[in-house]
Amino acid sequence: MGNSMNNITKKLLEQVSDFTGSFKGAYNIRENGECAGRVSSKNIKIESKQDKPGLDITILPGTKGETVYIPACVTKGGIDDLVYNDFFVGENADIVIVAGCGVHTDDDSEARHNGIHRFFVGENARVRYEEKHIGTGDGQGNRTIDPITDVVLEKNAYLEMNTTQISGVDKTTRKTTVKAAEGAKLVIRERLFTEGDQRAETFFQVDLNGAGSGADIVSRSVAKGHSYQNYVSTIVGNAACTGHSECDAIIDDDAIVDASPRLFARNKDASLIHEAAIGKIAGEQILKFRTLGLTEEEAAQKIIDGFLA
Amino acid sequence: MLELQNICWTASDGKEVLKNISLKIRDNRLIAITGPNGGGKTTLARLLMGIEKPTSGRIYMDGLDITDLDVTERARKGISFAFQQPVRFKGITVRQMIETAAGETMSQESLCAILQKVGLCAKDYLDRDIDATLSGGEIKRIEIASVLARHTQLTIFDEPEAGIDLWSFQNLIQAFEEMRSNLDGTLVIISHQERILQIADEIIMIADGTVADRGPGPEMVAKMLESERASSKCCSRKEFF
Repeated sequence: MGNSMNNITKKLLEQVSDFTGSFKGAYNIRENGECAGRVSSKNIKIESKQDKPGLDITILPGTKGETVYIPACVTKGGIDDLVYNDFFVGENADIVIVAGCGVHTDDDSEARHNGIHRFFVGENARVRYEEKHIGTGDGQGNRTIDPITDVVLEKNAYLEMNTTQISGVDKTTRKTTVKAAEGAKLVIRERLFTEGDQRAETFFQVDLNGAGSGADIVSRSVAKGHSYQNYVSTIVGNAACTGHSECDAIIDDDAIVDASPRLFARNKDASLIHEAAIGKIAGEQILKFRTLGLTEEEAAQKIIDGFLA
Repeated sequence: MLELQNICWTASDGKEVLKNISLKIRDNRLIAITGPNGGGKTTLARLLMGIEKPTSGRIYMDGLDITDLDVTERARKGISFAFQQPVRFKGITVRQMIETAAGETMSQESLCAILQKVGLCAKDYLDRDIDATLSGGEIKRIEIASVLARHTQLTIFDEPEAGIDLWSFQNLIQAFEEMRSNLDGTLVIISHQERILQIADEIIMIADGTVADRGPGPEMVAKMLESERASSKCCSRKEFF
């Protein structure tokens, strides 16, 4: 695999998709808008779209215990990569999808990746979706990642989405929509870190349409420097359902965080909860670690590392 | 040896909380500090850890003047502090807290041994966050475990019994009794509890910002019980003040 793959891609892959020189199972590596390696498996078929850039990933019904890797890397400035990936997860499948994204620029031009991912998760299927984002390189050009994730959960389907922006991404707009049918469950864990002049905007729109559907969204973020974060989550309860969202942000320096958690109840049996907190690290937390021998800076770092883990 | 010389501390509102306290505490002893609420006990404990600085007076540990050392420096010199109201964290697990306290990665056995001392089963707790899902008793015991993991020369407990349920309290007393029997370093416990005072080598009573009385544990407990009876407040209370 990937003889043509450049070293920056390899490094990015190690950070966003646990790449160790190879992937086990089905994968497609996208590098600067081109395919740098692809393997399908017996149960997971990866094919190029005919009408636009991107892939159709078809997971056969009943596929269990397999992981499919769909990472994308932009390794230089002047690239504006747009990709449409559709995942068709067959009923009763139980799989992991890893779709990390890294953008790198060493010059003054922008490096951008815009991944539009759609998930069609069949009845009783379970998916864990891992999405890690990172920006690297010394260039002044913006590193931008704008993911759009649209999920349709069929009856009793389950999707767990772990989405993390580690560091180095100058601008990101993250839009996720989910439609959940009867008994379907959604779990989202978002972790975001911004510093310097970075900007991150997150929008979650979750429609709980079926009886017994549920969503649990937990977003934790740290904003430092002059960075800006905007968080908007909307859970719409259209049926007898349960929705919980929690957003916590640690703010430091001159950073700005706006959080707008919204709950829309459209059914008397919808049970929706939201918890939100924004604040700097509590003085007592720093003090506790100082009494264990850590300096103030070490204590703050430990608290942030734990918070975003 | 820990020595306080003429310690005064005045609160920001001008109230004199500690008034010229001088004390010597010998090594490898369990010292209980008791007295009425608002008398200055917690302030004294916080001064020992360096969380507060005295308005005047000096603090020495083994002859070294530690008055101007900050919390981190005192922790590194061998002082530990268990908070009365332990703080909660999102994303810090029990394992991380105890390993940070110990200053090293620990084996499962060592972690188990530490948690066992406070009556917790490691497998149920190690990977749990120290957050709002823990009860008052659980978080208190984890706080105590975190200071035990440090094995320091001086360990200060600020009202370990505060805010815990009865069942946890029984475990807590056992933990202190065990610490007492394997004493390695000096323990200073701020407490109102008769059960804790009973196992102290020495009791120091702080009232109105001064040392009102001090003496051997059993003698002091007898004296306090006598004084309770004399004032006929209550016949069988377990908690003084």
